[in-house]
Amino acid sequence: MADIQIRAVRKSYGKTPTLHGIDLSFASGEFVVILGPSGCGKSTLLRMIAGLEDITAGDIAIDGRVVNKMEPRERGCAMVFQNYALYPHMTVAGNIGYALKVSGVPKAERERRIAETAKIVGLQDYLERRPAALSGGQRQRVAMARAIIREPKVFLFDEPLSNLDAKLRVTMRAEIRKLHQRLSATSVFVTHDQVEAMTLADRLVVMNRGHVEQVGRPLDIYHRPASTFVASFIGAPAMNLFKTRTEVETATVRLDGAAIPIDPLVAHALQGRDVIVGIRPEQCRLTREGHGIPARIDFVEELGVGRVIHCEIAGEAFAAAVAEDAEVAAGDTVWLSLPPEQLHYFDAESGRRIEFPLPGTDIPAARSSASITHPTGVLS
Amino acid sequence: MEKRAVFKSWWLPVLFALPQLVLILLFFYWPVAAVVNWAFTLEPPFGGAAEFVGFANFREALSDPFYWNSVVVSLIFATVGPFFCIFIGLTLALAVDRQLPGSGFFRFFYILPFAIAGPAAGMAFRFILSPERGLAASINALSPDLWNPAKYGSHALALVIIIFIWKWSGYTFIFLLAGLQSVPRALGEAAAMDGAGPIRRAIDVQVPLLAPTLFFLLVTMMTEGFVGADTFGIVHSVTGGGPNHGTEVMVYRIVDEAFQGLNYSGASAQSIILIGLIMLFTFIQFRFIEKRVHYK
Repeated sequence: MADIQIRAVRKSYGKTPTLHGIDLSFASGEFVVILGPSGCGKSTLLRMIAGLEDITAGDIAIDGRVVNKMEPRERGCAMVFQNYALYPHMTVAGNIGYALKVSGVPKAERERRIAETAKIVGLQDYLERRPAALSGGQRQRVAMARAIIREPKVFLFDEPLSNLDAKLRVTMRAEIRKLHQRLSATSVFVTHDQVEAMTLADRLVVMNRGHVEQVGRPLDIYHRPASTFVASFIGAPAMNLFKTRTEVETATVRLDGAAIPIDPLVAHALQGRDVIVGIRPEQCRLTREGHGIPARIDFVEELGVGRVIHCEIAGEAFAAAVAEDAEVAAGDTVWLSLPPEQLHYFDAESGRRIEFPLPGTDIPAARSSASITHPTGVLS
Repeated sequence: MEKRAVFKSWWLPVLFALPQLVLILLFFYWPVAAVVNWAFTLEPPFGGAAEFVGFANFREALSDPFYWNSVVVSLIFATVGPFFCIFIGLTLALAVDRQLPGSGFFRFFYILPFAIAGPAAGMAFRFILSPERGLAASINALSPDLWNPAKYGSHALALVIIIFIWKWSGYTFIFLLAGLQSVPRALGEAAAMDGAGPIRRAIDVQVPLLAPTLFFLLVTMMTEGFVGADTFGIVHSVTGGGPNHGTEVMVYRIVDEAFQGLNYSGASAQSIILIGLIMLFTFIQFRFIEKRVHYK
């Protein structure tokens, strides 16, 4: 159990900066997921916590101690690697017990703990096998066991599920979550998969291009994305975004010739500014002909629980989720209404969210005050 | 499916293979046949065709104490030399593989000795480690003859082995560095997370995974030590087998016997014994050591 403080941390490889001043704070026992596209610096940040990468500037403190200059072994972290990094020449027992062997735990004690840990991850019958003789899921468990046996203060996961097939991934996700409830060590989990992120996280950190875009509970981030990047990265299909100008008199925004009504107070507050308006596909409604925005359907995706129609509005791709019994087909023209209370507004220049203290635009989960949400907002 | 070109006539493929066949016959099979022939025959002292003498040449070689001396010298040379070559090459490769500042320069620098011909390196070291001047002179100033390869056979043997190690460590270094680079970096990182320091990581993770490379180097380096061109070249240019047969390795003795003593039959018999010895060593290596090598 340990908290982690990351203060103004930067990383450069030669002259190329990859992390531009990260400020984060993870509470003791928290399950934090760092989410971002590849190349955003999330793995680098994790490896800096682990001690596998040097810190160019700033401080990382674990349990109140600054660990910048410490060797990985002194930091009390355990890590699960993306490709498991199992020792191919050692048996499963050897892999799991290696950390104990290095720290000089006597053999009897070591064997007892290996057996115990193997039982937690369900590997007790495989202890004498080598990694090459295991399936992907079993290797994953060995990697987990190897981390668990050290009773670390901090668990670090570097995209551990990305090499598994879809079904196994769901099972392992649940197991990781259960394991966390049982061990309650602070966990930092890096992934590019938003479903993993949403399902696992107590708190989610969204990163992009070496910056933290937003920190918050998964649902808060889903309902109140702090920037157009977060809005388009979280949620599938992605949020529809279109750039437009607000018109105060009519309280509308223009989209492809059609006027979309918005909250008059919002219109007043925006004072005719250029904004990016966003709406999630799930929030779009089909409506009667002649109302809302006309759209010609390019193609329809069947999801089972519903359908997603893809069309083009004002030259931008636009998606709307509709019920599975909606009668839509490629080539049809449908009319879409966008409920004003479901619209998100972003600054046209910076892409940051514009927040209103207005009843009706606020969703129940969010209670913060009006402002452009700060990118490196620390919640804990 | 693999496509095969089928030749309709028999002479065309033979024609294509001919240059290679001629080379192999001329420079490999013919000499081997000649050696086998000489090893079992003896030329009469006053001319005439060579006579078959059975194992007489072998008996003569094996009853000569100087021959047994050369076997012992060769065994020392071909075990101590390769051992240190591999050990030093491994140490350097592990150091360079850590990608510390300057490793690019050292990677180039460590390979360099291998590009120098053995006899040339031998001549250089003859001066560098000569007892009368430089480093060795200041050692000998402590006590006379602390280091004198011109006088003591053991010192001379150490000298030629040092030159062999100096040159061939660069060779093992290349192979071991290449081997290390195929060990996934994440394994070292995982071991670091498990609490192992750099030396422990090297012993527990990197070296076991290098086993195939190490085994390959063990076989090739011992063969090199027994019959390599450098083994002869270094001994020939530095000590000439002396002092008092102290550095007379088997290959040197064979060449000396054949071209100085003009005893082709005795030299041929010794060549065949040497080949047998190398085959025995390689067999032992494959039989007992290779079993413990994990290729995967």
